[in-house]
Amino acid sequence: MGPERVTFGGRLLPAALIAPQLLIVGLFFYWPAVQAVWQSFQMQDAFGLSTEFVWFENYRALFTDPGYYQALVTTLVFAAAVAGLSLGIALLLATMADREIRGAGIYRTLLIWPYAVAPAVAGVLFGFLFQPGLGLIARGLTQIGIPWNPLLDGNHAMILVVMAAAWKQISYNFLFFLAGLQAIPRSVIEAAAIDGAGPARRFWTIVFPLLSPTTFFLMVVNVVYAFCETFGVIDVLTHGGPGRATQTLVYKVYQDGRIGADLGGSAAQSVVLMAIVIGLTAIQFRYVEKRVAY
Amino acid sequence: MAGLTLDTLRKTYSGGVDAVRGVSLDVPDGAFCVLVGPSGCGKSTVLRMIAGLETVTAGAITIGGRVVNDVEPAERDIAMVFQNYALYPHMRVYDNLAYGLRNRGTPKAEIETRVTEAARLLGLEAMLTRYPRQLSGGQRQRVAMGRAIVRKPQVFLFDEPLSNLDAKLRVQMRVEIRRLQRQLGVTTVYVTHDQVEAMTMADRLVVMNGGEIEQVGTPIEIYRRPATRYVATFMGSPPMNILGAEAVAGGVRIDGTVIPVAGMTAGTAVEAGIRPEDLRIAEDGLPFRIAFVEELGATRLLHGPLAGTDVAVQVPAGSTAQEGDTVRLAIDGTALHLFDPATGRRLAQG
Ligand SMILES: Nc1ncnc2c1ncn2[C@@H]1O[C@H](COP(=O)(O)OP(=O)(O)OP(=O)(O)O)[C@@H](O)[C@H]1O
Ligand SMILES: [Mg+2]
Repeated sequence: MGPERVTFGGRLLPAALIAPQLLIVGLFFYWPAVQAVWQSFQMQDAFGLSTEFVWFENYRALFTDPGYYQALVTTLVFAAAVAGLSLGIALLLATMADREIRGAGIYRTLLIWPYAVAPAVAGVLFGFLFQPGLGLIARGLTQIGIPWNPLLDGNHAMILVVMAAAWKQISYNFLFFLAGLQAIPRSVIEAAAIDGAGPARRFWTIVFPLLSPTTFFLMVVNVVYAFCETFGVIDVLTHGGPGRATQTLVYKVYQDGRIGADLGGSAAQSVVLMAIVIGLTAIQFRYVEKRVAY
Repeated sequence: MAGLTLDTLRKTYSGGVDAVRGVSLDVPDGAFCVLVGPSGCGKSTVLRMIAGLETVTAGAITIGGRVVNDVEPAERDIAMVFQNYALYPHMRVYDNLAYGLRNRGTPKAEIETRVTEAARLLGLEAMLTRYPRQLSGGQRQRVAMGRAIVRKPQVFLFDEPLSNLDAKLRVQMRVEIRRLQRQLGVTTVYVTHDQVEAMTMADRLVVMNGGEIEQVGTPIEIYRRPATRYVATFMGSPPMNILGAEAVAGGVRIDGTVIPVAGMTAGTAVEAGIRPEDLRIAEDGLPFRIAFVEELGATRLLHGPLAGTDVAVQVPAGSTAQEGDTVRLAIDGTALHLFDPATGRRLAQG
């Protein structure tokens, strides 16, 4: 037996039912994607007056550009830091929320809110907090002797965007970690306690391994997020600067395309970015299929 | 090895539930003690307090002469087998068995010896490299037991370990657990709500109800001389029949017939219990109209009203009584269990 299947007579109704969804996906995803691929094979002159079909010239230029590799490295550092930070903090919070504590309900609800905040707004928020001379946290840092200035110091700028980007993602990770923790039978943890494992050892030898499917899933989601969805945070906070300290791949797409007016090169970058995301997602699906839940 | 003592143990959960209300129990070294009782009577709570998984509200738990109320579960030198087995799903059987030893820093060679020994005892040698999900329910059960025995603890705790197994496997594992426990001689507390399991496995049987102990004794003592009406009807299948009766000098009157019971004095109302196998069809006695018959193979159960209550009568397979027949039942005064209707306690009788 299985769940009962609903069947429709004819084809018109099912087609009509999925049409809006298909339309949206087609309009806002497939169409731009196809456009990007098409554009990546073209080159425009500086004034946008003439367009030439150049095959892989844009890609060749891209892969021989040291600036592109620099942006790639920046992105990898950024993604690793965002994923690491947001996963780490979310796991810590989830472990705390998993215990039966008073007010756990409120605590959980509050933790979920940041997810509803748009990246750009998160950026503005962190911008305020960390604004040299004005921001609450920035002044605190200066007072304890850290010459905080993300406008001049590339590392400070990177730390700032990492924090803003990670902050927003914590809620999402928290929800999944909490669900993962609650799926671990209490008796397994109790058995480990009787078996002589202290809290830390229980966490690392029982809880963490049992959470690993969740952790892996979240890692991919967070890396994809850091690669593609952090434009707003970077745009609001640093504009990719100072210099190119926080210029990630997605921000470079924007800078080269919008500001540099190199539409072909920018499109080629988008296509590469898209390929990376597709690759990550494919890995994830393979992994999910292979490792069925415990 | 060590004995276990509970001294007026109490547990009130944070919600205000009085789960255990003053349980005192003495389990001698090496004994197999079974806690039995209906769902929600506090059996698991008692066991979990012994294990250190629940805090104690009041009273004391002593293992091997040491009060362990404030001792961590790991330091109590106990091992517990859970109803759902609680195996570590991401570890192979070998590692499941070795985990507790590794946590205690046992040398590798000794872990190997002990795990192999436990696997041999339980017939798990061929499964050491499998994951729990690759085992059947019975095999998982064995691994859970293996995990308990490798550590050579002072006390084994079992919480309904067989309730997830099918009937046949349950009988087999019942024997096996008992055999292992005898062989190892480890003091054991075993929780079940299955009275057959309780009767067959216990050295010392503890019947609980509503967070209190009703009676402690050997299975035979409890079966032969139940201390309360509750125990009388809880232990035994089919349960003991309880008839309304009146005490008269030298006997009890049931439905107008006086049955001689030594040492009775006249006066009060009593409740008279009689087990289905102690009722016999005879030439004369109380009239009993058979409402329906249950065929059990070796015996037959006749159901019907007697002295105003529905009772069961167990007769040999050879009996020819049929549905609709009216027969007479003889009651032997020495087979009667008399209880005070107000308190439910057994009345002193000859
Ligand atoms: N964590 C808890 N918080 C509050 N009340 C609880 C908790 N655990 C158990 N109880 C209550 O305590 C009482 C005894 O529960 P316990 O689990 O000891 O029963 P049990 O005899 O093991 O029953 P069963 O045969 O169904 O397992 C029940 O009324 C139960 O609802
Ligand atoms: Mg229970």
